Amino acid sequence: MTEFLQHVVNGLSLGTIYALIALGYTMVYGVLKLINFAHGDIYMVGAFAGYYIATALGVQRSPSLPKAVAVFVGAMAVCGALGWAIERFAYRPLRNRPRLTSLITAIGVSFLLEFGFQLPSLRAQGEAFQGVLEGWGLRLPAPVAGVLAVLPDNFPPGPTPRFFPEPFERVDWTVLGGVHVSNYDVVSLAVAVVFMVALQLIVYRTKFGTAMRAVSYDSRVAGLMGIPVSRIISGTFVLGSVLAAVAALLVAGSRPRIDPIMGLMPGLKAFVAAVFGGIGSVPGAMVGGLVLGFSEEMVAGYTVSSFRDGIAFAMLILVLLLRPEGLFGRVSVEKV
Amino acid sequence: MGRLRLLLRPVVPFAVAAPMLWGLQVLAPQDVAIILVAIGVNVILAVSLNVVNGFTGQFSIGHAAFMAVGAYTAALITTGFREVQIAHLPVGISDAVIFALALVAAMAVASVAGLLVGIPSLRLRGDYLAIVTLGFGEIIRVVIENTRALGQATGISGLPAATNVLWTGMGVVATVVMARRLLVSTQGRALLAIREDEVAAEAMGIDTVGWKVRAFVISAAFAGLAGGLLVHRIMLVTPRMFTFVKSMEVVVMVVLGGMGSITGSIIAATVLTVALEWLRGLDQYRMVIYSILLIALMLTRPTGLFGTKEIWDTLPRWLGGRRAPGGAR
Repeated sequence: MTEFLQHVVNGLSLGTIYALIALGYTMVYGVLKLINFAHGDIYMVGAFAGYYIATALGVQRSPSLPKAVAVFVGAMAVCGALGWAIERFAYRPLRNRPRLTSLITAIGVSFLLEFGFQLPSLRAQGEAFQGVLEGWGLRLPAPVAGVLAVLPDNFPPGPTPRFFPEPFERVDWTVLGGVHVSNYDVVSLAVAVVFMVALQLIVYRTKFGTAMRAVSYDSRVAGLMGIPVSRIISGTFVLGSVLAAVAALLVAGSRPRIDPIMGLMPGLKAFVAAVFGGIGSVPGAMVGGLVLGFSEEMVAGYTVSSFRDGIAFAMLILVLLLRPEGLFGRVSVEKV
Repeated sequence: MGRLRLLLRPVVPFAVAAPMLWGLQVLAPQDVAIILVAIGVNVILAVSLNVVNGFTGQFSIGHAAFMAVGAYTAALITTGFREVQIAHLPVGISDAVIFALALVAAMAVASVAGLLVGIPSLRLRGDYLAIVTLGFGEIIRVVIENTRALGQATGISGLPAATNVLWTGMGVVATVVMARRLLVSTQGRALLAIREDEVAAEAMGIDTVGWKVRAFVISAAFAGLAGGLLVHRIMLVTPRMFTFVKSMEVVVMVVLGGMGSITGSIIAATVLTVALEWLRGLDQYRMVIYSILLIALMLTRPTGLFGTKEIWDTLPRWLGGRRAPGGAR
């Protein structure tokens, strides 16, 4: 029983993470009918943004609550800006082209982030290049040199994993006769729930949310009704990316190893969660994330733990075979 | 006469290519042969991926997974039959027969894998295929790394060095003939119709799901062939050879050459392979360059070099600035 409860606790904390990432997929799919392949990598960027901010603030030496909040807000801002930029420069020019074009671009953006972050330090390379230029009596243009000077020394991080500093001290409690719960679990669950409730309010109670739902229902008619479709799409990307950053920081708190391809698997799994819940449906993504988190934990706990990564895949194939529109999805008939 | 021509048509390319490839095999120095084999394997991969991504308009990004399936199948067979010599045959021919059987088995097993992946994901719209194939590629790597019979992360080493220019060249000819014959056949028209408009194709009575799955299976089979050929050149097979970096490489070749153009794929595969050999020092930038290339292509010239046309459609116009002879297209 204790073991089961432990798995429930772990499944819950894993499931909320998947749910947060899945929300980004599902909202973007809703308004744009595009699988945003780069979403898992935005999650990765969120973790690294948090890492750099935390390093700059010296969280490692003296953790404190204001610093933790600053890391959170900073990483959310970075990811929001990144999501906006990706939409603006990679997807928007292609909005009226065949869907395949945007899909390929999304894959390209995803790989660009993954492998761009594996490059050696830009600043070191810039300095080396500057050295070569000085040999010829030249200098780097001032804006380039300025950007290089601001960049953290170890950006991009390169392929080796890094360790996220602990934002506050870890306290483990044992409850119900043997179930381990840490303050990280509690905080991360609370934060995730707060953000999901906030999202629910945004989507169903605000003007922006109403407009978003209208665009996802029929973007052309929504445009005719005077809804600024482009701005709503941008907003949706920002919202989804911010949630990905939150998920990344919650994960980095309890599992501090971060590397440039950390977004690949969670991204895939969260996509499965979104499909399971019905892609395009906000409550569906939450339920899908939780179901996936629980089933992964249970399978890893009671059978062979290396099956863990296979669960999401098996689930996806089952959903596609049995109920392709997902749990909460509506069946859409393709019309000409 | 008509029937004879019909029978001969698929055989002639092999008959013409075999002596030429044999000559190349004998004449080419070792380092040139290595590059030729690498080019050949990539051409097989690109042309076969083009059947799904170009002809049918779906988007698979897990070609390396089927390569892995084929590569491991072939490797298990050739290492398993290493000491075996077929009765009444000289050693060289016996080895060649076993290698040929291994390649056929590689294609068969890879196509079964293609069927299993294709059926659930191709019932829906194209973007599901992309993510399912990406996931499948990762899963297959995890499975191999955890299976003792497949050597886990270290893989299987000591494979016979069976692949040479002749084998690879025949593989290339087979792939190109397959693609070309498919494209001009009734079946190929069905695939093109699906690419152009799935709803309209279905309205015309085309079994869209069935044809998509068939195209996917064919493509997977030839990926398996490429995998089998590749690992018998480097005499080693490890799961690290078939990550999504490899899949991505093939996708870039197809997109660059033009989705739907066989000659485009061949040219792009050749150019990229040779360029990679030259730019060995820039290895860490390779994927970044690929992804930027992909995004830039989509933003500026989404059709790739040749679009859906072949080189003989485009080249006269590029050279002369006039319409290709043969009138309006």
